[in-house]
Amino acid sequence: MPAPVQRRLIFEHIDEPGYTNDLACYQQHGGYAVLRQAVTRKPEELIDEVKKSGLRGRGGAGFPCGVKWGLVDRKSGKPIYLIVNADESEPGTFKDRSIIHQDPHQLIEGTMISCFANNVQQAYIYIRGEMPHGARILEKAIAEARAANLVGPNILGTGYSCEIYVHRGAGAYICGEETGLIESLEGKRANPRIKPPYFPAVLGLYQCPTIVNNVETLCHVKHIVAMGGEAYGKIGTPGNTGTRIFCVSGHVQRPGYYEFEAGRITLGQLVNEVCGGPLPGRTLKAVIPGGSSAKILRFGERFKGKRKVGVEMVDYDWGVEDVPMDFDSLAMIGTMGGSGGVIVMDDTVNMVEALANINAFYAHESCGQCTPCREGSLWMKRITTRMVLGQARTEDAALLKGVADQIPGRTICAFGEACSWPTQSFLAKFGDEFKGYAEAKKTAKPAEAAPLI
Amino acid sequence: MIAPPKPDLVTVNIDGKEIAVPKGTNVIEAARLVGVDVPHYCYHPKLTVVGNCRMCLVEMGTPAFDPATKTPVMDPATGLQKINWIPRPQIGCGTNATPGLHIRTNTPLVKDCREGVMEFLLINHPLDCPICDQAGECKLQEQSTGYGRGYSRYIEQKNVKPKRTQLGPRVTLDDERCILCSRCIRFSKEVAKDDVLGFIDRGSHSTLTCYPGKQLANNYSLNTVDICPVGALTSTDFRFKMRVWFLKQTDGIDPESSAGANTVVWSREGVIYRITPRRNDEVNDTWMADSGRILYKEIAAPDRLTAVKVNGADSGLDIAVNAAVAIFKANAGGIAVVGSGRSTVEEQFLTRQLASALNASTQVVTRVGEGDSLLVTADRNPNLRGALVTGLVSHLPKPGSAQPGNVVLGGLESLGTAIDAGQVRVVVTVGEDLAAAGLNATQLAKVAIVALGTQANATTAAAKVVLPTLTVFEKSGTFVNQQFRIQKFAKAVPGVAGATDDLVVLAKLVAAAGAKAPAPDLGSIWAALAAAVPALATMTYANLPATGLLLDGRPWAAEPFVEGESLHFKPATT
Ligand SMILES: Cc1cc2nc3c(=O)[nH]c(=O)nc-3n(C[C@H](O)[C@H](O)[C@H](O)COP(=O)(O)O)c2cc1C
Ligand code: SF4
Ligand code: SF4
Ligand code: FES
Repeated sequence: MPAPVQRRLIFEHIDEPGYTNDLACYQQHGGYAVLRQAVTRKPEELIDEVKKSGLRGRGGAGFPCGVKWGLVDRKSGKPIYLIVNADESEPGTFKDRSIIHQDPHQLIEGTMISCFANNVQQAYIYIRGEMPHGARILEKAIAEARAANLVGPNILGTGYSCEIYVHRGAGAYICGEETGLIESLEGKRANPRIKPPYFPAVLGLYQCPTIVNNVETLCHVKHIVAMGGEAYGKIGTPGNTGTRIFCVSGHVQRPGYYEFEAGRITLGQLVNEVCGGPLPGRTLKAVIPGGSSAKILRFGERFKGKRKVGVEMVDYDWGVEDVPMDFDSLAMIGTMGGSGGVIVMDDTVNMVEALANINAFYAHESCGQCTPCREGSLWMKRITTRMVLGQARTEDAALLKGVADQIPGRTICAFGEACSWPTQSFLAKFGDEFKGYAEAKKTAKPAEAAPLI
Repeated sequence: MIAPPKPDLVTVNIDGKEIAVPKGTNVIEAARLVGVDVPHYCYHPKLTVVGNCRMCLVEMGTPAFDPATKTPVMDPATGLQKINWIPRPQIGCGTNATPGLHIRTNTPLVKDCREGVMEFLLINHPLDCPICDQAGECKLQEQSTGYGRGYSRYIEQKNVKPKRTQLGPRVTLDDERCILCSRCIRFSKEVAKDDVLGFIDRGSHSTLTCYPGKQLANNYSLNTVDICPVGALTSTDFRFKMRVWFLKQTDGIDPESSAGANTVVWSREGVIYRITPRRNDEVNDTWMADSGRILYKEIAAPDRLTAVKVNGADSGLDIAVNAAVAIFKANAGGIAVVGSGRSTVEEQFLTRQLASALNASTQVVTRVGEGDSLLVTADRNPNLRGALVTGLVSHLPKPGSAQPGNVVLGGLESLGTAIDAGQVRVVVTVGEDLAAAGLNATQLAKVAIVALGTQANATTAAAKVVLPTLTVFEKSGTFVNQQFRIQKFAKAVPGVAGATDDLVVLAKLVAAAGAKAPAPDLGSIWAALAAAVPALATMTYANLPATGLLLDGRPWAAEPFVEGESLHFKPATT
């Protein structure tokens, strides 16, 4: 089956020749028409549209956006804050940055609609510290929007006021975890909070109800309000509505970002057709389908089981290439859609070395609060680093698994899963490579192999 | 006595045992009540819950209800309501008791969680217990024995972090031993209100430190040492002096102010090595000031009085008592007794008896400093209220006003006037320095002084008779704190040679003055106290609970007390 054509909703104007990131260009392309219309409607209606749309968060967890908004404590009498999570740090993910750089007004419009819908008068865009250019673009865009009365006091003469501030992040991956982000925004170390009691919807920023949404999620809101929740819900597949942006990196001919209807393209179509397949003379070995935290898949493995199609349960028997790229199908085969970062590895990659690289990242990024994550991530890194740079032992495979198994489900935030799933899945799928690494190391590496970090 | 209010109760089930606990009790505390240990590091009952050590993971479940009908779902196997167990372990410290909450602490999952956390905590730990001062009271040692696997799989290099950092004048930090529980940080911020500690760097490289240009120098810094579960924070004064398992623990009361912080005095063979706080949720929680921890040093201070003196020459106790009585007889009708808010209730009672035997006026010395709003109050007498309760005085003198950084003694103005007028010719002082309390040199020269006391000063130098007595660490007794809570303390070490228990000295004086004195032991004195003082009618020293009893202070509500608001205390608004 040939791959479907791209459906560019969010990325409609990304990389479009002549399209600029200023307000004039955005408005020439119909920008802010949705906001103008939205502010004439009842806020509850807008929330309803989002609920009907079935939109799921694009930050990683895929949590239904309408449900999240429904959990917000609206009776506390405290202000409600909205935070745009623009910390995009998941390795393999590079979609939010493109939106911010090339189409910032789309994000601002989506944000303002969401703020209006939730009676938010103060929004923050928490942008990754390493994206100073993006922060400047957003500042400029917000200034333009404010000058045009689209942000700020008495928006479009409706009496509704809402400010957006850009806050530059503190240079850590954990600043993207929503409660860590909130701590960081409050000026503290980005130590994620315990839940309960600190659910952002109740006790978020400054202990007030807070909505945290990913950049892309909020852009989708604009399109949902534009076309209506029901119409949006028809894009994609039931339970996985709308479009998904895939950031494909690694060993394919045409890496890059691609937007498709959710669940309508398989991993094989994406990698082999859209991205042109493996580099000449290589074969695909493994793929991480949803950012580095997602569990790795091995080309050649098969997944069998029953799944729900409509109301019926049907058998499935998939190879990696056959898996539809949506939250539920990927969860079914034991990995996740995550942030949409698809990392492809071919036969030149040694899995021990790849994991050493990933482990170095997580050991570096653990906030260090909880014992299992703090110590486990560094230990796993030290084992894989030693294997690669020093002496590898056969028993290291079992040890790595033993260490990783003591982490997930036992930590404050999902970083515990994020840092242990790579090791668990690499071991489960490529265990032999770990056991035999001492031998494999003796063979010289191909000249073109990437250097280790 | 005033009874505390009754809390709301909810019933929870821990390892099959049902227990009713006050609403809001967390799982660690609830389990403690049924004798189940939920090991923990970061949780501290008096600090905010952060849930970072993950040692307290337990399995948790709630009773099942049918979502549609809201009726309980029954389990046919047991005939009881079905329990929905949460698949992931949950932290006990961060979970409060709700009706029907079920907890399991003895499952393979919980065991595995604890073993995992213990292993993780130890991989980067220096394991230098043989040279670590915490040994014997280290939670890491205890819990690795109780809940660890007993072997290590770690063969990599350990983290290297700063050793022997002086965080301040009294606290030494070994960062390699720190398990990053953040108790010390939370204490500094939340209790001492001196936010100087924090972590720098990330992950396993996180390192506890003082903020640049700051020091952990506040008067509560040593509490961080007490609550540090490991040997990371140690007391610069105490470290390497003595292994804790050799030390005897005696319940004490911090005598430095009317807060009356409960303490433990740690001693060996008659020598005190350290003082730490003892938990009393109504008084000092689990804290005490650093300043109260070094007071024992007065026991062996160079100015300690160790010889009975009559007219400046060494003498014996009975000779000195007779000399005092001779002075009393010669000056009948011209005697004043200066009692003390630093004496115990028992001593104040005997002081009162002495005064009445001598037909003498009584007064107490006020001692006013700056309150710190926590556990050092403006009234630096531990037992000024005792003087009221025992009837030693019926009213307090007008207090002096606090001067920054100084403790101001006073309250002897009328005594001074009486001396000037020649009405008072003899002053008996029970441990108070009359010069420091405001009598001038002329006044001191005009009177014959009989001084009881522990430390030499201008008054003892001028005294005709000097009777060395004991510090609070060398005797037993009770104090009434600012809340009117009567609290007892016990003798930690024997008195120094040459000094005599205040009660013995006072009883001898009372007897020599011709009155009937109770035998100078706590039992006899309490029998007399209970008979004479209605507020103490039902009490004895022995039956006073360790955390004290609240007396009704309302009869004295109009007295000029100087305390402001502090931990567990609000001044009465009149
Ligand atoms: C370790 C960690 C890092 C995260 N980083 C990001 C991030 O960089 N950007 C993001 O949008 N969400 C990130 N998340 C997810 C957020 O916690 C949160 O779920 C998300 O912002 C919610 O937005 P959504 O519902 O719109 O997806 C991260 C989560 C974890 C556990
Ligand atoms: S899981 Fe890791 S990143 Fe998350 S709070 Fe714990 S230590 Fe920090
Ligand atoms: S020094 Fe002690 S109390 Fe402070 S964080 Fe480390 S282990 Fe905890
Ligand atoms: S006691 Fe540390 S997590 Fe509960």
